[in-house]
Amino acid sequence: MADKPEILSGLAEIVEEVAGIEKAEVSAEKSFVDDLDIDSLSMVEIAVQAEDKFGVKIPDDQLAELKTVGDAVDYIAKNR
Amino acid sequence: MTARLTLPPTTPGARLLGFGSVQPENVVTNDDVAATIDTNDQWIRERVGIRSRRIVADGASLVDMASDAGARAVKDSGLAPSEIDTVIFASCTMPTPIPNGAAQTAERLGIPAPAAFDLNAACAGFCYGLGGAAGLIRGGSSRNVLVIGAEKLSDWLDWTDRSTAIIFADGAGAAVVGTAPDEESVGVGPVAWGSAGELAHMIIVKPENNALHQEGQAVFRWATTKVAPVALRAIELAGLTPADIDVFVPHQANLRIIEAVAKRLRAKGAREDMRVADDIVESGNTSSASIPLALDHMRADGRLRSGDTVLLVGFGAGLSYAGQVVVCP
Repeated sequence: MADKPEILSGLAEIVEEVAGIEKAEVSAEKSFVDDLDIDSLSMVEIAVQAEDKFGVKIPDDQLAELKTVGDAVDYIAKNR
Repeated sequence: MTARLTLPPTTPGARLLGFGSVQPENVVTNDDVAATIDTNDQWIRERVGIRSRRIVADGASLVDMASDAGARAVKDSGLAPSEIDTVIFASCTMPTPIPNGAAQTAERLGIPAPAAFDLNAACAGFCYGLGGAAGLIRGGSSRNVLVIGAEKLSDWLDWTDRSTAIIFADGAGAAVVGTAPDEESVGVGPVAWGSAGELAHMIIVKPENNALHQEGQAVFRWATTKVAPVALRAIELAGLTPADIDVFVPHQANLRIIEAVAKRLRAKGAREDMRVADDIVESGNTSSASIPLALDHMRADGRLRSGDTVLLVGFGAGLSYAGQVVVCP
């Protein structure tokens, strides 16, 4: 089972690929919308890729609750 | 005594003989849309990839557009209207349920007494129609089938709803499908099709205002994950591999869905130089008309050539989906 730094790193790779944001910018305290300027459709693409990568389900209503990168890491760690 | 029934002889299969399309002259830009709705050009281009769309402004009816597109397809096929024996009219925007669009359109085109029926599989309608046509031909029930995808979505929009008014548009496209004389000339592959009725609520016409409504984010997720497997299945059914596909023409729903699906196909072996339809940019989402419109426009600009192996996949309300590989005539 991957620990949180590993999940963060994997998630950052997905964010970089989907939204073109450098991996180093994707840190736990960043807000997807306000800091990283990621729109709702890109969030869906990130969620879909994260589901594949981490073997976790991230339904749309849950996705809306994941405001920061850290929220997403915690959710993945808890639900995988 | 139970009667023994006679069936017609089967044929090798179907092939495309020609296609054609028509759009309203009236161009509606993103700035035009933003004049009445709280949106802007950049937002629309980033979310759906549309720059402009065509909306009927001269009173043309759905059957008017279908007839124009059908006439162009018949002319392109080289057949006389009298050689067409079946008309399939795919649409989800008929103004009234009765009479159907197919028989009227056939009459306008001078096609005498064909089998004529409407088909509602929404944005998958053209591929459903093509699949049905190919089956009728293979089974010997029809020889030459006119498949039309025509939509006047502007009649079914709430022009104050920015989640739909920016996306949908009007237009019609059609193809003539004929009988392949031998196995080597079969040009319409087996259809990979299906539906997901449990998700019907995701794209509906709301009874209170007769306007289209969709759960955009949920549809986006479904399309970006479920369409590529249908496309891959269509390739497999045709006995091909993704690398064989020259041109990919998915339903023009959203440029980001198109790009996401193309990316998944390339991850499975589709070529980098596979040409991918992006007709949505100038045409908007025209539901069942979007695939034949894209085919016609790509042929006009040289990105689709005779003999190309073309992957089609439609998906939308129902939810419904269908795809097949065809050879460009």
